[in-house]
Amino acid sequence: MEWDVLIAIFPSVVVDGLVLGFVYAMIALGYTMVYGVLQMINFAHSEIFVTGAFVGAEILLIMQAGGTLGALHPLALLAVIVLVAMLVSAVLAVAVERIAYRPLRGAPRLIPLISAIGVSFFLQDAIRLVESLWRNAFYLTYPVVEFFDLRIAIAGDIDVPIKSILVVVASLLMLVVLTLFVNRTRLGTAIRAVAEDQAAAGLMGINVGRMISLTFLIGGAMGGAAGALFGVQFGTINPYTGFIPGIKAFTAAVLGGIGNVPGAMVGGLVLGMLETLAASYMSLLTGGAFGAEYKDIFAFSVLILILMFRPRGLLGEVVREKL
Amino acid sequence: MALLEVQDLHVYYGHIHALKGISVAVEAGEIVTLIGANGAGKSTTLNAISGLLRPRQGRVLLGGQDLAAYPPHEIVGRGVVQVPEGRRIFGRLTVRENLEMGAFRRTDRAAIEEDLERVFALFPRLRERLQQVAGTLSGGEQQMLAIGRGLMTRPTLLLLDEPSMGLAPVLVEQIFETIRQINAAGTTILLVEQNAFMALEIAHRGYVLQTGEIALAGTARELQANEEVRRAYLGG
Repeated sequence: MEWDVLIAIFPSVVVDGLVLGFVYAMIALGYTMVYGVLQMINFAHSEIFVTGAFVGAEILLIMQAGGTLGALHPLALLAVIVLVAMLVSAVLAVAVERIAYRPLRGAPRLIPLISAIGVSFFLQDAIRLVESLWRNAFYLTYPVVEFFDLRIAIAGDIDVPIKSILVVVASLLMLVVLTLFVNRTRLGTAIRAVAEDQAAAGLMGINVGRMISLTFLIGGAMGGAAGALFGVQFGTINPYTGFIPGIKAFTAAVLGGIGNVPGAMVGGLVLGMLETLAASYMSLLTGGAFGAEYKDIFAFSVLILILMFRPRGLLGEVVREKL
Repeated sequence: MALLEVQDLHVYYGHIHALKGISVAVEAGEIVTLIGANGAGKSTTLNAISGLLRPRQGRVLLGGQDLAAYPPHEIVGRGVVQVPEGRRIFGRLTVRENLEMGAFRRTDRAAIEEDLERVFALFPRLRERLQQVAGTLSGGEQQMLAIGRGLMTRPTLLLLDEPSMGLAPVLVEQIFETIRQINAAGTTILLVEQNAFMALEIAHRGYVLQTGEIALAGTARELQANEEVRRAYLGG
């Protein structure tokens, strides 16, 4: 039996699971925050994410073409692509809300949902069009930055690439900042107030439309950051890359309890970890009967089980209000 | 000029003509009450003043200025706040956060602290429950919080919609006493109530609404003495 192998690869499996989990968690935040405020699933969020990935790729490719890729310290490089990706995705998310969702406020709930699906298709093909005109190709590969692929030892003779550590640290940092923002600041509290009762928030003098924009801004920024980190980690992207991570991140948001910020983080981590464990161990444990390609089936089976017993998600609970 | 002047207000819900030309005036410093049966249009009138509903005809003037162009949050900025029916506190936020949301538009930190103390003086219970999640408060405490949250906007005109709804009689007396105190401290009040008896006890003037129209108007004393009002709303 290959127990030695199982144990030997475990730490790097955990790191891979964390990387994927944090990427899902960051995307899931965009879904969950918008759902929390508007009770709407923003199907275009996967394209907000992919836009971040394309922004990161373009910055690196343009710098590579200009021969300036080595001029910046790799960490500064990472900071630049993540921040610019956040900015572009955030602005895009706010624009999408203004153009495609806000005019439909007050319409039945299915209507903005359909609009979101339309925006999703539109953005996929808009990215494809722009890249095709500009590069004559819409599959992009992140340039190799050697520093990111260096492996560092985390315990004994276990080593993982630096980029994995960077993705985990960067996402953790952003999730902490976001949590503090939502729970500790005046604007964060106002977003929660709007999520709970828009009319009452308006009656207290809160500009509801502006808080909704702010929600899209934050969700978009997180999605953009996730996109750039995803690109650094996995390398190749295309305009349709967002679909699967988007669906999974949405699932993660539901798993954690949709509308619930810590829930999205927990859901993302659980899903990423389940998927990676399944991909790494399923083949070994079943003697090759089920290969890594069954990872999604395993992960989603567990998900269905969890939701059967906790239909509101892992952290989702309703505060009962006395009447 | 009255502080608030509602002139010939017509509001529709779809095809339903809910307000058929309501005119109400509230002078600075007064407590004015709108009484009437369920569905008479009392809450509709308040919602039109707050900008939640757009009248098809008629005007809402605050200090002579038409409020029609303003969304609800800017009407709050002009000093008119509504404490809505059913309290509508933010149940998942703490008591402190609810009060802070009342002061959302304000940046005068020192004055906010002052007002917070004022609210605690009116409702000492809220100070004890400051860190508690508001949804776990009792009904009476939630009503105190709803009024306190409204006061945190530092209104010149406070619109109260059914503050006594669902409260035990002893709490009802307390809430009305508090309303009187808030008015005595200088806030003008427009009070919507089904409990006409208590409302007329503390109000200076009142209007009786009937199916979207004003059936009667007068001082609280006059209305208390009116035969029709006694029979229909005061149980005697």
